[in-house]
Amino acid sequence: MVRVKLPTILRKHTGGEPAVDAEGATLRELLENLEARYPGLTKNVLANDGGLHRFVNVYVNDEDVRYLGSLETAMREGDVVSILPAVAGG
Amino acid sequence: MRYDDILQAIGNTPLVGMPSMSPRAPVRLWAKLEGQNPTGSVKDRIALAMIESAEASGDLTPDKTILEPTSGNTGIALAMVAKRKGYRLTVVIPDNASHERVQLLELFGAEIVYSPGDKGTNGSIEVARAMAKDPKYHMPFQYGNLANVLAHYEGTGAEIVRDLPQVTHFIAGLGTGGTLTGTGRRLHEHDPRVRVIAAEPELGDLVYGLRSLDDGFIPPIFDETVLDRKFLVSSSDALRVTRELTSREGIFSGISSGAVVYVAQRIATEIDEGDIVCLLADGGWKYLSTEAWAPEIDRAEKGVSESLWW
Repeated sequence: MVRVKLPTILRKHTGGEPAVDAEGATLRELLENLEARYPGLTKNVLANDGGLHRFVNVYVNDEDVRYLGSLETAMREGDVVSILPAVAGG
Repeated sequence: MRYDDILQAIGNTPLVGMPSMSPRAPVRLWAKLEGQNPTGSVKDRIALAMIESAEASGDLTPDKTILEPTSGNTGIALAMVAKRKGYRLTVVIPDNASHERVQLLELFGAEIVYSPGDKGTNGSIEVARAMAKDPKYHMPFQYGNLANVLAHYEGTGAEIVRDLPQVTHFIAGLGTGGTLTGTGRRLHEHDPRVRVIAAEPELGDLVYGLRSLDDGFIPPIFDETVLDRKFLVSSSDALRVTRELTSREGIFSGISSGAVVYVAQRIATEIDEGDIVCLLADGGWKYLSTEAWAPEIDRAEKGVSESLWW
């Protein structure tokens, strides 16, 4: 079981829940699992080409998956996934 | 050191050891103290570089007003450089930027336009882009200005190579991407094995209240390929390490510096030995009103979580 933390703008798909549990051997499977249970949730997380949306950052245990295995990043029991919009600073 | 004017005192910041912050002795942590710049942040470097490159290209002339979206530090640095050079400046900042940032902008004579705090710096960018259509403005736009990257390539990166040739890791906050891209490229030229790592803030729901994920923003100058890893740091972890920097090292830094050193400590547990350079972007002065150093940790956490510390 993996805990998935959601940004405010995606919580409309989960009835307001800020975090949900999901299953999957990889991040891609996990997102597919989530989409099956909460239709529309991953629509803006994935781009049209099936990759990660450019303006979305997904972290596994606080590390950005773009520098791990992206959508093929392996999931382990107890992992925490965070989905956040990209923000700038400065 | 003796300089002809304040602008020459920008850069060449100290690199100091942090012996009490490393979880294991063979891994040495170093702090690049950007708070030692004239206005107290790393942004003095890019403010000077962006204005002087616009002067050289002819884009910035004395009749123009400089316009910039910023969460604070870049605005303050631009305000100082603009004052010294005789330009007017308008900054667009989120309305939840810390009180001290607004005070500093005002004392350097900047005109301030507020953008909605719940849209963070992305909101300031939106407002400034609309204003910049008026030709009276010159917008350096730190997120898209290559002078930002170059200031770090020629300054920050070169200084680290000079002061610590054995550097193995470089860690900095990801704001515009300029620090990581410019410094990272210079360090990779010096030694391709240097790992370049980003720390990102977990800013809380207030700042992530964007309307849709499409409103996210990736700065055009940020070269994602320069990075090896990127970590999200919560405001409570950033705050805890910021307070430890003060109590254990005597280093009084801003909250983003705590996030950077937090990531350095995580990396340090994964390697046997190394020299990790942490870029401490600013000093703690501008965050006193957030109560980050309040004796009660609960009060400090509440204050920091409600403010924009990136």
